[in-house]
Amino acid sequence: MLHATEILGAEAHDSAGNFVGRVKEMFIVPDETPNRISRLLLGRGQYRPLVARYDQIGSVAPGRVQLCAEESALELYQPNEAWLAMRKDLLDQQIIDTNGRKVVRVNDVDMQEHKTNGSVELRITEVGVGLPSAVGRLLHGIVPPMAIRRLQAKLPARSIRWEFVNLIESDPLRRVKLKLSSERLAKLHPADLADIVEELSPAERQSIFDSLDEETAAETIAELDKRLQTQVVEKLDPEKAADILEEMNPDEAADLIANLAPEKSREVLEEMEHREAHEVQELMRFDENTAGGMMNTEIVVVGEDATRGEVVDYIRFHEISLDQLDNIVMINREAVLAGTVPVARLVLSSSDERMGDLAFVPLLSVKTDANENEVYELFDKYNLRSLTVVSDQSRPLGTITVDDVVSRLMAKV
Amino acid sequence: MNTWITITDRFSRLTERGKDFNRRTRPWRKRIALFLAVVGPGLITSNVDNDAGGISTYTGAGAQFGYTLLWSLIPMTIALYVSEEMCARMGVVTGKGLSDLIREEFGFRSTFFVMIAALAVDLANTVAEFAGVAESSQVLHVSKYIAVPLAAIAVWLLVVYGSYKIVEKIFLVACAFYLSYVASAFLAHPDWLTAAKATVIPSAHFNAPYLLMLTGLVGTTIAPWQFFYLQAGFVEKRVGPRQYKHARLDVLVGSITCMVIVFFIIVCCASTLNAKGLTSISSAAEAAQALVPLAGKWAGFLFAFGLLNASLFAASILPLSTAHVICEGMGFEAGLDRKFKEAPTFYSLYTMLIVVGAGIVLLPKAPLWKILIYSQVGNGIWLPIVLIFILLLINRRDLMGDFVNTWIFNVVAWASSIIMIILTLILMYAAVFEPASTGLSSAFIHRLHWFRSF
Repeated sequence: MLHATEILGAEAHDSAGNFVGRVKEMFIVPDETPNRISRLLLGRGQYRPLVARYDQIGSVAPGRVQLCAEESALELYQPNEAWLAMRKDLLDQQIIDTNGRKVVRVNDVDMQEHKTNGSVELRITEVGVGLPSAVGRLLHGIVPPMAIRRLQAKLPARSIRWEFVNLIESDPLRRVKLKLSSERLAKLHPADLADIVEELSPAERQSIFDSLDEETAAETIAELDKRLQTQVVEKLDPEKAADILEEMNPDEAADLIANLAPEKSREVLEEMEHREAHEVQELMRFDENTAGGMMNTEIVVVGEDATRGEVVDYIRFHEISLDQLDNIVMINREAVLAGTVPVARLVLSSSDERMGDLAFVPLLSVKTDANENEVYELFDKYNLRSLTVVSDQSRPLGTITVDDVVSRLMAKV
Repeated sequence: MNTWITITDRFSRLTERGKDFNRRTRPWRKRIALFLAVVGPGLITSNVDNDAGGISTYTGAGAQFGYTLLWSLIPMTIALYVSEEMCARMGVVTGKGLSDLIREEFGFRSTFFVMIAALAVDLANTVAEFAGVAESSQVLHVSKYIAVPLAAIAVWLLVVYGSYKIVEKIFLVACAFYLSYVASAFLAHPDWLTAAKATVIPSAHFNAPYLLMLTGLVGTTIAPWQFFYLQAGFVEKRVGPRQYKHARLDVLVGSITCMVIVFFIIVCCASTLNAKGLTSISSAAEAAQALVPLAGKWAGFLFAFGLLNASLFAASILPLSTAHVICEGMGFEAGLDRKFKEAPTFYSLYTMLIVVGAGIVLLPKAPLWKILIYSQVGNGIWLPIVLIFILLLINRRDLMGDFVNTWIFNVVAWASSIIMIILTLILMYAAVFEPASTGLSSAFIHRLHWFRSF
């Protein structure tokens, strides 16, 4: 195993034994192989630097690189944006540990040698983030490499496997060139991902949101704190912002849009699909701190006479999002709220049972202008998971779910 | 007719919606809320500058030289604002802390040495803050063996169990308590006209004690650690480039209030101690006691209370800032919004600084004055390095974009940095090689005496 710091600054000699230059930088070309050191940049003082390709490297030891090619066979260096630079892009920079779900700083990079017909390939195995790698960085060049190794062996190691490393690049164009995928990030829980992006600088955060798919972006944005939500959405282009907001719950989208700069909120609303935009605008009429401002309008409303089978078919047919579907709202012939049916009861009932028989008593609801504190009290008193919000005519408009209550209360603590 | 009704009806519904929309967006209230959301780091940082050591120096300056040093406050305000504004701007634009930036742009080793300096210097400064607590408690007739441990525990609990919001609110209240110095100054009935003149018209006196006191003033006002705290504060509050104007205003207000407080401290001491010939007063506690017969019991009490507040305030921010800086730079998790388990190094460092800082003050025969020398030397070495890092970073277009320094700002910033560097080097030289030859007159010796009095 070799450390990047042991090779950076090493002397390189060609196959004839002549000194060529010092290793100034190591490049990974993600296009070819994502973990191979594909190029070594050899600095030669005032002369143009040369580049040694991976198949021109004969052997590598701390402080010394032996090439298996003549100096004349090496190419002149041309900067390339699609190459990932060890010193510039990795060492001392922050990366996302997708396994440990946090942002860490790279101290050193560990590599393994692979012998292939006559040359040696360096493959990145791990990224050092703990004490041993820090000690290595500090003592490198002052203490002989072997002594450093002995010291490092005694310290508790902390490193991240290369496949769990997600690089952070604030320039979206370069991100594409480097083939940085957000596949692993998208697999994280949105709440974890939100915690991670909260730690990054605005530019880095933005480039991550640019690369996420709309659904993941929407779920992650919903988990951010309010200030960040507005910051992130304002920097997205209106089209992308609209697509993301369409994926969010209308109540969250309405809160978010209300906090945007007026100009931006108009742009975003124009870009949104008509139905969603309308729904959001309707919600924006309510004060944020009333039941109307808290409610979510994505609800399932059924008549008293509907059977369980009909309701299930309805839910299936309309592809209603299931994460917050705790209750089904029931209305009578006058379209007035008549009760709610917990989904759990629906599960146990037979398919011809009527909704009216499954409804939950007591009949609880709040008016749109009810103060948020009244809402909290109802949730507390009746141990609710959701509460129906009704108009002045007692027509159901939406529900408040317990997750909204919890996050609002947390914001007050 | 019918059409007309439909049109008016439609129109009124549209205006209704417009009103609702405006009610939700609330432009003016939102603007104020935005400013309040940004306010904090600048105001707090600048006020922490007036810590225990600082107040002793200002007391000495007033007692010894009367109003004649007041003119230096205006250039000092400018220097403070210029250097702090750069950090605020960096935090707002890059969204990264100062030590993060140093690490990313200058590598591991530079960062490591900056961090070691931070730890050593801040530990010494923390000792000074707890010494301030001990001193003020003696004036208020409380034993230091009770006051110092109590203070340490209070500070520790506040930071570990308080959330960032609560901590910041308490800090802002602490800022308000600095007004006790304004009250003391008014109770002392100073000659306001002379004070005003001395502030606006520079009067240079070229003798060694005067120059050293001037240096001491600069040295205690512009401390290197404050840049890290300031920038981290803006980053943690997530102030973005859009609110940069608010952030800048916050820094400006902070720098000015800081200097206004210094003004009142110096005026208070000048009008009482200096006017009555008590020029050898060397500590804030002595000053507080001397004020009682001269300006009344309340003036003295308020003076001591101000010192206690300042010491407590700085004792909670200094270790916090240090823990922040070190963890950020070395890549450990940091921040008040995390729990102990999530950021163990951060909390351990913070605890260690407080325990050791308070512990040393309680040791019967601690070499406090030596620690003070080293802290002063450390500050002296550290300040130029940090300032140069800041100036190099702020001019990087790839980091700052259009927010790099303008050339005028650069001239002012480099000039004030070089002057500050020269002044601190003089102070360091005096501290190490000629503490005796400068006599009782230097700010430094004042602080030495203050320490020896324990």
